[in-house]
Amino acid sequence: MDFNLSPEQKEFKEHALKFVKNEIIPVAQKFDESGEYPREIFQKAWELGLINTSIPESLGGNGFNNLEACLITETLAYGCMGMNSNFMANDLALLPILIGGNEEQKKKFITPFTESFKIASFCLTEPNNGSDAAGIKTTFTDKGDHWEVNGDKMWITNAGYADLFVVYGTIDPELKHKGISCLVMEKGVEGLEIGKKEDKMGHRASDTRGLKFNKVKVPKENMLGNPGDGWLIAMKTLDHSRPLVASSAVGGAQRALDCAVEYSKERTQFGKPISAHQAIQMMIADMAIKVEASRLLVHKAACMADNKQRNTDIASYAKAFAADSCMEITTDAVQIFGGYGYSKEYPVEKLMRDAKLLQIYEGTSQIQRLVIAREVLNK
Amino acid sequence: MNIFVCVKQVPDTETKITPTGDGSFIETSSIKWIMNPYDEFAVEQALLIKADNAESTVTVVRVGSTQDTEALRTAMAMGADEAFLVETTENLDSYMTAKALKGAIEKSGKTPDLILSGKQAIDSDALQVPQILAQMLDLPSVSVVVGFEKDGDKITLKREVEGGALEVYEVTGPTVVACNKGLNTPRYASLPGIMKAKKKPLTTLSLSDVGVSDGDRKLKFSNFQLPPEKPPGKKFDAMDEAAAAGVVSEVVGLLRTEAKVI
Ligand SMILES: Cc1cc2nc3c(=O)[nH]c(=O)nc-3n(C[C@H](O)[C@H](O)[C@H](O)COP(=O)(O)OP(=O)(O)OC[C@H]3O[C@@H](n4cnc5c(N)ncnc54)[C@H](O)[C@@H]3O)c2cc1C
Repeated sequence: MDFNLSPEQKEFKEHALKFVKNEIIPVAQKFDESGEYPREIFQKAWELGLINTSIPESLGGNGFNNLEACLITETLAYGCMGMNSNFMANDLALLPILIGGNEEQKKKFITPFTESFKIASFCLTEPNNGSDAAGIKTTFTDKGDHWEVNGDKMWITNAGYADLFVVYGTIDPELKHKGISCLVMEKGVEGLEIGKKEDKMGHRASDTRGLKFNKVKVPKENMLGNPGDGWLIAMKTLDHSRPLVASSAVGGAQRALDCAVEYSKERTQFGKPISAHQAIQMMIADMAIKVEASRLLVHKAACMADNKQRNTDIASYAKAFAADSCMEITTDAVQIFGGYGYSKEYPVEKLMRDAKLLQIYEGTSQIQRLVIAREVLNK
Repeated sequence: MNIFVCVKQVPDTETKITPTGDGSFIETSSIKWIMNPYDEFAVEQALLIKADNAESTVTVVRVGSTQDTEALRTAMAMGADEAFLVETTENLDSYMTAKALKGAIEKSGKTPDLILSGKQAIDSDALQVPQILAQMLDLPSVSVVVGFEKDGDKITLKREVEGGALEVYEVTGPTVVACNKGLNTPRYASLPGIMKAKKKPLTTLSLSDVGVSDGDRKLKFSNFQLPPEKPPGKKFDAMDEAAAAGVVSEVVGLLRTEAKVI
C-alpha cells in the first residue's frame, strides 16, 4: 500500500493552495462579516478548474476522480469553509444528473457548466423533513405533458444565485422512499419563489434560503430516471459526496491546526512561547492526530468510490469523524489563542463557527452513526 | 515570434534553510521548490505577448536538478509551449548559469526574438544572469522592468530606478528583458493546464551538451552560514504622559549608545 499522492495530484493541491492563499484567505473574514456572496471568487475558481470536480472528460469536465475532487475540496475549505459550501453545492447538485440522468439530460444540463460559469442548488431538505429525507412532502403530479411541483424546501445552498435546481419530491407520499423522484428545474420558472437569505452562525459567505413551489410546471423530460428512482439516486449521490463534505472538514481542521501552531510559537507566557508548555503541546498533538486520521479516512472512502467498491460505511466513518474532529480541533484552536481566539481580529473564532455546520449538513453526525451502526450490525 | 523565458527554481519562501555540514551549500533534500517569483512576471509577459501575436512560441529554459521540475512544469501549466532543462546538481555561479542558458537556447534550434527573465532569483540574489547572458549573446538588456509595450517591432520598456523614478527605453530586435514585480499579474496555473503540461515536450540536456565545464567557474562557494539570530526587540511601556516623557529620553539614549544610529 502506498499512501503517496501522484506528482500530478500534488501539483493540483499546490496550485489550488496558491489560489486559496492569495485570493480566499485574505478576504474570508470580510465576506464572513458582510455575508456578501463571493461570486467573483467562485467564478475565478471555476476558471482554474477547481469547481464542478465531478464532471467527466466526456462531458467537457476535467475528469477528476473522487480522490482528486477531495484534495481540491480540502484545499478550498482550508481557505474558507463557508465559501466552499457554495462551491461544493454545485457538485452536489450536478451529481444526481450525472448518476441518474440520460445522455440527453447530461448534455443539456451538465455541458453548460463546463462552457461558462454557472451555479446550481441541490434541493432535498424541507422545513419539516431534514434527517428523515424519505418523508419529504414536495409533490410531483403527473399532468400529462408535464410534472406539476408543489411544496417547500429549506436550507438550500446557492438558492439565490442558482441557474439550475435539482429538486427531490414524491409522486405519492404513501409510497415513502419508493415514491421519491428527482427532477431538474431551471431558474426563473413560474411559481418558483426564492426565500430570503438565512442569517446564520457560520458559513456566512454561503447563500442559504428556503424555496416555495407553487404549481411549477416542469417538462416531462426533466425527470431523472423513472418516477420513484429518486431515492436510489440520492443514496448514490451521497456515497460520492460524503467524502467531499468530509474533506472540507479536513481542510477546516488543518487550517485551525496551522493557525494554532503558528500562534503558539509566537505567544509568550511565563517567559516562554506557549508551545513550550506541555499542556499546549498535548492539545496540538491531539489536533494533529485527528487531522491526519480524518484525512486517511477520507482518502480511503474516496479511493473505494474510485475503485467502484461500496463505501457506505467508510464514507460515513469519514464524514462523522472528520466533522466531529473539525469541531474539536477548531474549539481547541480558540483555546490555544486564549482571549484573542475569542475575538474577530483573529481567524479561529470563525473556524469554530464554520465547523459546526459540518456536523449538521449532509447527514448529521447522529445520522452517520445510525448508518454506521446498521452497516456494522448487519455485517 | 520565438520568446524564451529563463526560469529558476528556488526554495519556497516559507522553507527553513539549513547549510550543509561542510558549508558548501544548503540542504536541498527537504526543500519545497517553487518558481522564482520574479520569473512568474517573465512567464506571464511572454504569454501576454503570445496571446497578441499569433504563431508565437514560448520556450522556458532552466538550469538545475531533475529532482523536482516544478518551475518548468508550472510555466507550461500556465501556458508555455516547450521546456529545456540543463541538468546539474552542482551549485553553478552566475557565469556558468548564463553560459548554460545560452547553450540551451542555441540547442533549441530557434532563434530568439525576445528573452525574458526575472530581475533576480530570491535565493542567491546575485542579479547577474540576465546581463551576462545578454553580453554572451551580444544582445541589449534592460533590467528591473515594470512596463512593457510592444508596437510592431518596437518595444517600449519602463525601468524602475532609485527613488521611484522611471527610465523609458525603446528597443527593436532581440533583447534580454529582466522583469520586476508590478509588470503584470501572473496567472494561476489552471488544473486543466497542469494536465496539458504533462504532454508538452521537455528536453533534458547535460552541462557538456551546452558546453559548460568546471573551467568556466568564476566563483567558488565555500561557507554558507545562517545570519546571526536577531536579538529580541525591546518593549517600552508608556501608559500615561508622565511615563511617556521618560520613555522618550530612554529610547533616544539607547539609539545613541546601544544601536548607535543617531
Ligand atoms: C447552512 C446549511 C446549508 C444547507 N444546505 C443544504 C442544501 O444545499 N440542500 C439540502 O437539501 N439541504 C441542505 N441543508 C440541510 C441539512 O442537510 C439539514 O439541516 C440536515 O440534514 C439536518 O436536518 P434538520 O435540520 O431538519 O434537523 P433534524 O432532522 O430535525 O435533526 C435535529 C436533531 O435531531 C437529530 N436526529 C434526527 N433524527 C434522528 C434519529 N433518527 N436518531 C438520532 N438523532 C436524530 C439530528 O442529528 C439533530 O441533532 C443545509 C443546512 C444548513 C444549516
